[in-house]
Amino acid sequence: MSIATGAIRGLQEVARDPGSWWRRSKGSVELWANLIVLGWALVFMLWRGGGFAITVGSVFAIWAVLAVSLNLVVGYTGLLSVGHIGFFGIGAYAMAVLTSSASYEQLRTEAIPTFGWPFFAALPISVVLAGLVALVVGVAFNRFRDDIYVLVSFGFAVIAFTTFLSWRNLTRGAFGIHQVARPAIGPLVFDGELEFLALLLVFLGLVVLISWLIVTSSFGRVLTAIREDEEAIEVFGYRTTHYKLAIWVISAMMAGLAGALLASWSTFIDPNSFVLLESVLLVSIVILGGLASIWGSLLGALAFVMLEEGMRFVPFLPSEFIGQIRQMILGILLVLLMLFRPQGLVGRFKL
Amino acid sequence: MLLELVDISVRYGQVRALTKVSLGVSKGEIAAVMGPNGAGKSTVLKAVMGLAPVVDGHVNWRQNPLTAPTHEIVREGIAFVPQGRRVFTHLTIEENLEMGCLYLNDAAEKQRRLDTVLELFPVLHEKRRDLASQMSGGQQQMLALGRGLMAGPEVLLLDEPTLGLAPIVVKEVFQKVAEISEKLNTTIMVVEHNIKGVLDIVDRAYVLDMGRVVHDGTPESIQETDTLTRVFLGKLDAGESTEEA
Repeated sequence: MSIATGAIRGLQEVARDPGSWWRRSKGSVELWANLIVLGWALVFMLWRGGGFAITVGSVFAIWAVLAVSLNLVVGYTGLLSVGHIGFFGIGAYAMAVLTSSASYEQLRTEAIPTFGWPFFAALPISVVLAGLVALVVGVAFNRFRDDIYVLVSFGFAVIAFTTFLSWRNLTRGAFGIHQVARPAIGPLVFDGELEFLALLLVFLGLVVLISWLIVTSSFGRVLTAIREDEEAIEVFGYRTTHYKLAIWVISAMMAGLAGALLASWSTFIDPNSFVLLESVLLVSIVILGGLASIWGSLLGALAFVMLEEGMRFVPFLPSEFIGQIRQMILGILLVLLMLFRPQGLVGRFKL
Repeated sequence: MLLELVDISVRYGQVRALTKVSLGVSKGEIAAVMGPNGAGKSTVLKAVMGLAPVVDGHVNWRQNPLTAPTHEIVREGIAFVPQGRRVFTHLTIEENLEMGCLYLNDAAEKQRRLDTVLELFPVLHEKRRDLASQMSGGQQQMLALGRGLMAGPEVLLLDEPTLGLAPIVVKEVFQKVAEISEKLNTTIMVVEHNIKGVLDIVDRAYVLDMGRVVHDGTPESIQETDTLTRVFLGKLDAGESTEEA
């Protein structure tokens, strides 16, 4: 509400005195961060055309769901988890295993059971499964804090990845699972990229709405208080372990949703999408955008995806090095950010 | 006694923080727990709140053993104001105060408590929409006291409320503690290193040294003996004298 009122007041002032815009914006890092990332994305999409825009939009929507959900845990509650990618993977594999219709007769050694469920039947299972695993993991993790939390969540990410790779009669290991179903509602099949993008944006909107409702509620206020001082909030009568567990499970379910969407969008998954590095990149996005800021996570995800996709078109870079250079640039960006703007592009809190 | 520690022993690993400590506070009283650094003063309050590893002894609350876990103790009528103020700097003063009784579902009662606290602390009333991070140390301490009172406690536990405050503000804090006791009839147990100021407002005082109670009685009785001098000066080693210089 306050952002909207502020924006309206700002617009009124600019309407009265157009020169005031420049004076106001000169010192505002937040405004410039928004303008640069959004402008960059817009220019790039216009330049590369519709197909590129749709692909970037889809990848952005999936990463944005992940980043917003992780921000609930890392930014708002102050639990630095690097294991979020595990829940992303659980959602993706649940969707892939339940909906894949591929027949693997040629590769009998790597054959897995196929169920051929429709997308919308598998989706709730993917989400709930990620939530259930988070519940079990969360009960064990609840006693930890700070640096120990990073370590145990790291352990979870490693276990999850190893499971995806090694449980071959369910996941086909490194071969991956093909022909994951695309969503269909009656005769309407989301097999076109544009339709799928629309669906992704609907889910992203839903996740943003739920997250916004959480962080603006009294539940959300307790979460931020846990981040600031868990012991103090406990003596005021809050069972902090329950709050931490609740947000952990909610966040994992959102990550499971993102995973299910990824599996269906790309129609193929293998364990490479769920390596620890991806988890660290995800945490970087949340920090880059800004802790405890939903908009920050959206902006961080957009900046990351633009960096990832945008660098494909840098002419003098050999294509085989693009992946590594991209990660180096992200690393340099993070170091610079921590030095000069530790609260992220639009965030208010430091790690 | 309303709140009483009976033979409490606390150990952090191999370190004994408290050894068979018995002390308490009666209804309507202000009791002080004093002693040099490392005497175990704060551990006394943490033991009541279930935040310290008690290996022996028990806490009596209204003559019955207090067994509630930390997060339920406030509902029993005991509020704890921790050391170092620990206000939520990202929240406004009013929101900070609301955190003190967010577990209450009765909106009218919440408002009544808020009014009482804001009346008691004019400085909070004046700045109630400001962020807590914009307040001075003394004002943050007032906020921490007010937040504790929002729980509507029968007993208020204060851990070093004057730590790091300027002498003039220290006086104000003690005056406010006395005022809370007088106007709201709240029983108070205060852990304090600032002997001079605290002895003026308390009914009963305990002196702790090396995790044991070495003296208890009225403030006058303590001033008559040389316990405080012995405890404080006896501990004065090279490190502390440098600090004085």
